[in-house]
Amino acid sequence: MAKVLMKGNEALGEAAVRAGCRFFFGYPITPQSELPHYLAQRLPEVGGLFLQAESEVAAINMVYGAAGAGARVMTSSSSVGISLKMEGISYIAGAELPCVIVNVVRGGPGLGGIQPAQSDYFQAVKGGGHGDYHLLVLAPASVQEMVDLMAKAFDLADKYRNPVMVLADGILGQMMEPVEFPAEILQELPAKPWATDGARGRGPNLINSLYLEPEKLEEHNHRLFEKYRQMQEQETMAENYHTDDAEVVVAAYGSTARIAKAAVDMARKEGIKAGLFRPVTLYPFPTEEINQACAKAKQVLAVEMSMGQMIEDVKLSLNCRLPVSFYGRVGGMVPSTRAVYNEISALAQKGGEQA
Amino acid sequence: MITIYERPQSLTANTMHYCPGCTHGIIHRLVAEVIDELDLREDTVGVCPVGCSVLAYNYFNLDMQQAAHGRAPAVATGIKRVHPAKVVFAYQGDGDLASIGAAEIVHAAARGEKISVIFVNNAIYGMTGGQMAPTTLIGQETTTSPNGRDAAVQGYPIRVAEMLATLEGSAYISRVSVHNNVNVIKAKAAIKKAFQTQLEGKGFSLVEILSTCPTNWGLTPLEAAKWLENNMIPYYPLGEFKAAKEVGS
Amino acid sequence: MLEEVVLAGFGGQGVMSMGQLLAYAGMLEDKHVAWIPSYGPEMRGGTANCSVTISTEPISSPIITEPGTAIVLNKPSLDKFAPLVKPGGILLINSSLIDPGYFRPGIKIFEIPANDLALEMGNTRVANMVLLGAFIELTSAVSIDSVIESLKKVLPEYRHNLIPLNRAALEKGQQIAQNQ
Repeated sequence: MAKVLMKGNEALGEAAVRAGCRFFFGYPITPQSELPHYLAQRLPEVGGLFLQAESEVAAINMVYGAAGAGARVMTSSSSVGISLKMEGISYIAGAELPCVIVNVVRGGPGLGGIQPAQSDYFQAVKGGGHGDYHLLVLAPASVQEMVDLMAKAFDLADKYRNPVMVLADGILGQMMEPVEFPAEILQELPAKPWATDGARGRGPNLINSLYLEPEKLEEHNHRLFEKYRQMQEQETMAENYHTDDAEVVVAAYGSTARIAKAAVDMARKEGIKAGLFRPVTLYPFPTEEINQACAKAKQVLAVEMSMGQMIEDVKLSLNCRLPVSFYGRVGGMVPSTRAVYNEISALAQKGGEQA
Repeated sequence: MITIYERPQSLTANTMHYCPGCTHGIIHRLVAEVIDELDLREDTVGVCPVGCSVLAYNYFNLDMQQAAHGRAPAVATGIKRVHPAKVVFAYQGDGDLASIGAAEIVHAAARGEKISVIFVNNAIYGMTGGQMAPTTLIGQETTTSPNGRDAAVQGYPIRVAEMLATLEGSAYISRVSVHNNVNVIKAKAAIKKAFQTQLEGKGFSLVEILSTCPTNWGLTPLEAAKWLENNMIPYYPLGEFKAAKEVGS
Repeated sequence: MLEEVVLAGFGGQGVMSMGQLLAYAGMLEDKHVAWIPSYGPEMRGGTANCSVTISTEPISSPIITEPGTAIVLNKPSLDKFAPLVKPGGILLINSSLIDPGYFRPGIKIFEIPANDLALEMGNTRVANMVLLGAFIELTSAVSIDSVIESLKKVLPEYRHNLIPLNRAALEKGQQIAQNQ
């Protein structure tokens, strides 16, 4: 199929349709609107359903019902709305239901702003709602990757019976890049014998997250964490850019990683051995990969559109082996390539000294 | 030997955890009998709430989903939209439906969602310890209105059936009671009509069932039945508030 | 080859569509392209703007903070973006709406009376195309043919009658830029 020029938010929608998603439940919020607008038009064309719920709270519970009924289903929102959905997301994780949640992150806390941010990292990777659980979190950095990861998100959700979050931001959502979609619309979905679709010729199925006996609930938590261990083993993804000989490694994800990449280019032109490590899975965090990427590193720089959230996973992964510095902009302010370059340059001069 | 009474297919053999004199057991049985009579056991998905009936999935021999507090109508919406040919019902108490879940029930009704809601109104929060519900009567003593519900402080009890009947999307809305045999029989007929309304694709259906809570009311089961009749029915009149024509005829 | 261009004006001047058309044309030429509408604090203050990157190499960052070219269609856009143009870069000014005489050393400045020229051609709405034509002449980022090809794909069939006018506007811009 030929390439088409498409906005990130719309590309997410088309990718979901091609991944066999037929149900979307959501509530309006800026800056992710192009996605629901696209699906409101597109889903009925393929026999699917777009339903605008009365609230984010209702929307995520419709997702719960539909996922429990065996459908490929998704919702999308932005920061403020994701917080409202967190109760339902905890239930979905507890009941082990597959679904995809898109968060086009905006600045916070509170009502915050509507400009791009990465300040929901903690909420995304640590679980976000109550209880011991994790979402599988994917962070695309281009419109093509939004398409590729959207399909992967549904497959991973089904594979692990776990909610998957696609973490984007206003820049990725609004920007246009050429994309190629898989030619065929996926029709056959994995069988879901656990789904509640009427107990025809079998015993009843139950979708539930309630375990009143502590022994059972502990067992359930252990089972969930066994899944997360498997994800850590099998599903981590990351991109390395000029890290082989890099003495300064920049760690960044999403649109910030694009800026960092340009800063690395700038540094290389100046003869600085800089590289970029970009986690694609934020949970599970690519721990092994970052250690490999930092094999020659003397300094590590985390760049985020937050006050410093991913940096904690970077530090934990490197186990205090290397000095890790931070550069971030917040509130919808976007780091400039030059500012990141300046940080790299300063670290390069420091060499192996502690930050 | 002729069997004249047995457990409906749609109920499991599990012993119910409800308190003595509580009418949840009766209502469960009525729902199960209706599902059996309409031959829907293998075509029904139920949604249980948070509240005393949170464990209803242990008693209904059906595909079930357990919902977050107040969200049963949203969960039921998700299921029904995926499987429009199946019958989907939500089983909710008064705190779940009329307080924390007020938005979900109103909008499910407004959308004309083709689900049936069994709404158990006993004018109190049972499971959490007898607190005031949105349906607690004026003057009624609860653990959070120890001197009786005072309209000046806590406002007024909500008449859910009347409120939902005003919405275009609702097709069948009625209020029944299960405090004596005659009313139990009428309640079953209403539940059946609600399911038939759904089967015929008419729209949203809800049966509000006045129910007793002897434990938290501090009464014996018999006193509780009397209290319901003397106090609840005058404020919550029984009857059909909305019915689509030709349903179940 | 790497072109990083910021296009700015007020809403309704066709700034966004001009940018998209440019990106589309680059894509048709198998180049790497990216288009981003205004983001961050730049969303405020009377301008609509977008950034377009066209490159023969994969694009590291589509977010442009030091554009190689700025095309400004109104005064607030000039104030905002002229100082950001990188040394040696190009500033294209719509002199129909911006007083002439802006100067900054180290960049190439072109004044194109785009609205007046468009009006002469019978439709002020192609002022953006005049500027785009000038940009293409100065940078060779894409060809006029690719822009026309993109127009055919972006415009609905019933609007294809506007294509000759658009081509004329593009060529007019080219011609003016040649002569400056």
